[in-house]
Amino acid sequence: MARRPLSPHLQIYRLPLTGLISISHRITGVCLSLGLIGVLYLLISVAAGEAAYQAMQAVMGFWLVKLAYWGFVLALFFHLCHGVRHLFWDAGKGFDRATLQRLAMYELVATVVLTALYCLGVNA
Amino acid sequence: MVEFSLPKNSQPKPGKHYPAQGAKRVRRVEVYRWNPDSDENPRIDSYEIDLDDCGPMVLDAILKIKNQIDSSLAFRRSCREGVCGSCAMNINGKNTLACTQAIADYSGTIKIFPLPHMAVVKDLVADMSHFFEQYASIQPWLTNQTTAPTDGERLQSPEQRAKLDGLYECVLCACCSTSCPSYWWNSERYLGPAVLLQAYRWLADSRDDADQQRLEQLNDAFKLYRCHTIMNCTDTCPKGLNPAKAIAEIKQQLLKHERD
Repeated sequence: MARRPLSPHLQIYRLPLTGLISISHRITGVCLSLGLIGVLYLLISVAAGEAAYQAMQAVMGFWLVKLAYWGFVLALFFHLCHGVRHLFWDAGKGFDRATLQRLAMYELVATVVLTALYCLGVNA
Repeated sequence: MVEFSLPKNSQPKPGKHYPAQGAKRVRRVEVYRWNPDSDENPRIDSYEIDLDDCGPMVLDAILKIKNQIDSSLAFRRSCREGVCGSCAMNINGKNTLACTQAIADYSGTIKIFPLPHMAVVKDLVADMSHFFEQYASIQPWLTNQTTAPTDGERLQSPEQRAKLDGLYECVLCACCSTSCPSYWWNSERYLGPAVLLQAYRWLADSRDDADQQRLEQLNDAFKLYRCHTIMNCTDTCPKGLNPAKAIAEIKQQLLKHERD
């Protein structure tokens, strides 16, 4: 008898929005940890005097760095919003089947709104 | 262990096609096939179903394949009304019971796979032994140290009985457990949503007084705490139950238990 195969899983499973958000929460968590290196660089540049500050300004003006920066901001707010969801879950609330997908949509909307507000605040 | 791709012997290959002769309303159904008597990889066979000569549910289509097109197809089924849990499988990317899903509720090709991330016995039949061993490990029976009343049963108030609603309906079809990525990667040690919902069913039972032992047994980084609230279980349960909520209740009971 041949060795039993493993049935397909990730290859065929259609993740619902809640599942997609869950895996995104993990991925953004990893990205944010890596992004802390950038945050550290910013802090050091601010503390290390005028020359370092100006060098940092030049680096931050580069389009790829800008993209990474706004990606970090978006990831941060997304991670925050789903973190709040986890807080509710840990308190035993928000498990209703009927509201599951709707609350997931609210999370995404809140992420976009918070990022937009931050963007307005920075550029004000 | 996390492994995103399938082992070499498990990757499905294109299979045979069975056209419907002279049918007016045709639905294409793709089915995962694997024969333990051959050394070949699994394959995806496609069948054209004449909807004018087929019952309304997905299970009817599978039975039609078995009875009229290809008798070598293996699958489990029994009650055909969603109370036995035998025909649990993955239909168009979601775990469900084939007998409770209408063909009309799907558009286009219907793709049928066995329950995900399980060892395949044959075709749509997954090896459930480990799942049922895990179920046995939570001691799914009433435990009570006090002597039973001699004049009748152990009684419950309507409120106490109501706590079992949403739990006793579970038919152990394993749709939820096999939808859970955490269970995919850690099924050796993580009990999974179905078994944890069952564990909570006994914790919630006013007639059971083994709460302390049950909670201590569950208080484990893997058995219980591999649940990361991904919510696939609750999303997929064909009985409309809420395993994720049951798991959260266990976590809360454990907190309370540790405080006391």
